[in-house]
Amino acid sequence: MEVKFNEEALAVAHKIIARYPEGKQKSALIPLLHLAQAEFNGWLSPETMAYVGSLLKIQAVEVYEVASFYSMFNLKPVGKCLIEVCRTSSCWLRGANEIIEHIEKKLGIKDGETTQDGMFSLKTVECLGSCGTAPMMMIGAQFHENLTYEKVDTILDSCKSEDKRKTYFDEVTVKDY
Amino acid sequence: MAKVTIDGRTIEVPDGTTILQAARMIGPEVAPPTMCYYSKLKTSGGYCRTCLVEVTKGSEKDPRPMPKLVASCRTTVMDGMEVGNNTSPKVTEARKGVVEFLLLNHPLDCPICDQAGECHLQDLSYEHGSSKTRTDFERRTYDKIDIGEKIQLHMTRCVLCYRCVKVANQITDGRVHGVMNRGDHSEISTYVEQAIDNDFSGNMIDVCPVGALTDKTFRFKSRVWFTKPVTAHRNCEKCSGKVNLWYKGEEVLRVTGRKDQWGEVEEFICNTCRFDKKQTSDWTIEGPTVVNRHSVISANHYEVLAKPNEFKLNEVKPLPLKEGEKS
Amino acid sequence: MGKKILLEHDHVPGIQGYEVYRNCGGYASVEKAIKTMSAEAMVEEVKKSGLRGRGGAGFPTGMKWSFLAKPEGVPRYLVCNADESEPGTFKDRYLMSRIPHILVEGMITSSFALGVNTAFIYIRGEYFYIVRILENAIKEAYANGWLGKNILGSGYDLDLYVQVGAGAYICGEETALLESLEGKRGNPRIKPPFPAIAGLYGCPTVVNNVETIASVPYIINNGGDDYAKIGIGRSAGTKLISASGHINKPGVYEIEMGITVEDFIYSEEYCGGIKNGKKLKAVVAGGSSVPVLPADKIINLPSGEKRLMTYESLSEGGFAGGTMLGSGGFIVMDETTSIVENLFTFARFYHHESCGQCSPCREGTSWMEKILHKIMDGHGTLADIDLLWEIQSKIEGNTICPLGDAAAWPVASAIRHFRHEFEAYVTNPNAVNKVRHYENMNA
Repeated sequence: MEVKFNEEALAVAHKIIARYPEGKQKSALIPLLHLAQAEFNGWLSPETMAYVGSLLKIQAVEVYEVASFYSMFNLKPVGKCLIEVCRTSSCWLRGANEIIEHIEKKLGIKDGETTQDGMFSLKTVECLGSCGTAPMMMIGAQFHENLTYEKVDTILDSCKSEDKRKTYFDEVTVKDY
Repeated sequence: MAKVTIDGRTIEVPDGTTILQAARMIGPEVAPPTMCYYSKLKTSGGYCRTCLVEVTKGSEKDPRPMPKLVASCRTTVMDGMEVGNNTSPKVTEARKGVVEFLLLNHPLDCPICDQAGECHLQDLSYEHGSSKTRTDFERRTYDKIDIGEKIQLHMTRCVLCYRCVKVANQITDGRVHGVMNRGDHSEISTYVEQAIDNDFSGNMIDVCPVGALTDKTFRFKSRVWFTKPVTAHRNCEKCSGKVNLWYKGEEVLRVTGRKDQWGEVEEFICNTCRFDKKQTSDWTIEGPTVVNRHSVISANHYEVLAKPNEFKLNEVKPLPLKEGEKS
Repeated sequence: MGKKILLEHDHVPGIQGYEVYRNCGGYASVEKAIKTMSAEAMVEEVKKSGLRGRGGAGFPTGMKWSFLAKPEGVPRYLVCNADESEPGTFKDRYLMSRIPHILVEGMITSSFALGVNTAFIYIRGEYFYIVRILENAIKEAYANGWLGKNILGSGYDLDLYVQVGAGAYICGEETALLESLEGKRGNPRIKPPFPAIAGLYGCPTVVNNVETIASVPYIINNGGDDYAKIGIGRSAGTKLISASGHINKPGVYEIEMGITVEDFIYSEEYCGGIKNGKKLKAVVAGGSSVPVLPADKIINLPSGEKRLMTYESLSEGGFAGGTMLGSGGFIVMDETTSIVENLFTFARFYHHESCGQCSPCREGTSWMEKILHKIMDGHGTLADIDLLWEIQSKIEGNTICPLGDAAAWPVASAIRHFRHEFEAYVTNPNAVNKVRHYENMNA
C-alpha cells in the first residue's frame, strides 16, 4: 500500500509546515509524525517515516532518529486501543501496580503486549502529570484518573467497539487554526 | 591572547582556544584523554566526559573556581585561568568513574577485536580505570551489521562518541546512518538495512575510537602490532592521497589515513585509496611511519617479539595492581 | 486564606473562555504594556518583582530577560516551557486547562517586553487535550485583536503557536526543548552558548516556565514592588504547589510563600492531613529530583523552628539536611511506604528518560535501576548500597545537563536518611512487608 496523506490531512500538514521560518521546516517533524501516526493505524512504519521525510525534504534517517527518541511514537503496530498506565512514584503510592495487575489479568496480556484480537495494547509509562488524581491511565489522548478496579472495567468495556488510534487527529483543532 | 596554567605549566594561547587545545599545545603529559572530541570534526566533543578538568581559578578578572568539573574540549580558556588535570584528585576520581561507565556494557572482547592495539578505550582503561569490574549484570548486546560491502558495525563495542555521525554529516553527501533510540538503548544504526555508499564513508572507520566500525577488508587478517606502517601517497582525484599502508611481509593489509599524535587523522581519504589500492605499485612510498601515540605499534618491536612457544606458562605473572586496588 | 494571583478566578464559571476571562480583568496587562510602557521599563518591573523561574531552577526571571541579546536584524524568540514532566508536578497542566488565557496573556505581554514577534508554547505530547484548549484560547485572542498584526494599533506584531512534544522528560531542559522544537532529538546542547545568545534557530531566545509567564500580567498590572511584597524575602510572590501521594486532598494549591510546611500538609485549606489517619514518613518537596526528607526534617529546621514553604527555608541544612522547592511537586509518603521501592520508581524513571548523550547519565541511570531492582528482588547485598552511593556520586556534576544531578540526588538522599531500610531489605528480604497501596488507599 502506498503511504500518502488524504487531502484533508495533507492540508493540515501544509498548514503546520507554514508556521516555521523559511529553511526551518524540520520543526514540523514532530507534529507531522503525530498526524501520520493518527492517520496510519497508530504506528509509524518505515514507509510512513520515509513519506514524512519527503514532505519535509529531509533524509529518512533523520526522521527515524527523531521518531525513535520520543516515547509516544510507536515503531511497531499497536492495538486499536492503546492503554498507557503511569507507574511513577505518585501513581505507585496510590495503587498503580495493582491497577496494572488488574488490567493484565482482565485482558490476559502483559506490559508491552497486544490482545490476540488486536483490540487492546498495554504499555506502562512514566509520569504523565496526573499525580494529584492518581492512579491514572491514558487511552488515545484522554486521561482517565482516580482509577479503581471498577472504573477500569467500565472504561475498558466501553472501549471495545471503538478504534482509538485516530484520537489525536480528532483532538487537534489545528485544521481550522 | 590568554594565559592559562594547566597542571602548573603555563602557556599563552589565542582567545577562543579550548582548555583541551591549550593542554595539547603544552604537551601530552598534561593533555586530557578524549574519546569523542575530534579536532577535525565540527561540534564534536562534550559527550564522553573523559576530558573533564577542574578549573581552580576562573580568570584573572574573576578568580572564583568553577563549581563543577568542565569538559575541557568544550570550554574556552580565560586569561589567568588555572586548571587541574592529572594533578587534580577530583578529576582522577571522576575520570575513573567515566571509564567504569564506558566499560559497563563493553564486551571486553579485545582478544578478538581488530581494534586492539590501537584502541583508545583500551588505553583509557589502562591509564585511568580500575582492573576490576563491579557489575555482574548482563551486558548489552547487538547483532553485527554490515553497512555497505566494506564496513562492519559492531554496536556492542560502541561508546556513542557520535564521531561517525559527524563524519557522515560533514564530509559525505547524504547521511544514511545515525543515532537511534535513547538513553542506554541508543545505538548507531541505519534506517532499515541500508548500505552506506559514499566516496568518503570509510573515514568512519578511522575516526571510531573503538572497534565498533572496522574495515571488513582487514578483518581478522592480523593483529595491528604485527603489521608495519609505511607512509605513502598517490595522485588521487578525490582526496589528498596521503595515507598509511599497513604491511605484513610484502602484502598491504589495509590503508588508513595518517594519524597525528592524538590519534586523529591528518586528512580524510577517499574509499578508492582506502579499499581499492592495495598494491605497492599503486603508491609512492615515503618511508616507515613514526607512530607518536604511545601504543604497542609505536614500540614497533614486532621484529624482536618473542614467539609464543618461547613463553613458559609459569613465568607469566599477573598485571601489577595499581595503587589502592584490592586483588 | 493567602493571596491568589494565578488562581484568583479559578472558581469563576466559564473562566476558560475569552469573555469571562476578559470580564475578570483579563488582557489588561497587554493594554497597559503596549499603550503606556517601554520594553525596558517592563523588564525593570519584572526585575523589581523578584520573580524567580517556576520550572524548578528558581533563576531570577528579570535577570534572564536582561541577558537576551538584541543584535540588529535578527529575530528573537520567546518559548514557553510547558513540558511539565517532573514526577509529582501537575500545576502547569492545571493552570493551562482551567485558565488558558492567563498564559496567552502572559505570552503576549512578555513577548512585547522582549521585542519578540514569534512565540511558541512547547507542550508535552501527553497533554494533547490541552493543545486544543490552548489553541482555542489563542484563536479567541487573535479574533479580539490581541495577537496578529498591528496589535492595538501600535504597529506591534506577534504570532503565537503551540508546539507539541512527543514524550521525553528531557525536553523540559531548555536547550533540549529548543532542539525538539527544531524537529530534532531532545538532546541538551552543550553550553555556552546559552539560549539568550543563541537559542531557537541560533537566534536569541528566552525560555520560561508556564507559571513564570502567567505571573507576568500581575506584575505589569500592579508593579514589581507590589509583587515583591508577597511572600518572604527572596521568595517573592505565590507558588503553585502540586500535592500528591498519601494525603486527604491531593491537588494544585496556590500558596503565598512563607506558610509552614506543617500547615501545608495538615491544614484543611491545603492537603488536609495524611490519608486514613496514618503517620507521615517522608516528603519529596519539589518534584522527584530533589532530596527526600524524613518527617521530622521536613517539618522542622535544624534550629528547631518550623520549616517554611520558601526557596530558602526548604534548602536550609544544605544537601545533608535540606531539600529544594524545585518545581513545587510535593509528594507525601505515609508510614507504610517503602523508601527503597519509591526510589526504584524514580530510578526507573530517570533511566527511561536519560537522553543517552553523555556516558555517566546513560550508563549510570540504568545501572542504578538494575541494582535497585536486584535489591527489591531479594538478591541485594550490603556492598550494593555502597555501590549505589558510589555511582550517584560519579554521575553528579559530571554530566552535560542537570538530568544527571536529578537522577543522583534522590538516590543520595534516600540512602543518607533511610540507610537502615536498605540494609533491612538486603539482610532479610523476606521480612520486608510488601505493601499493596491500592488496598490501603481504598480501605
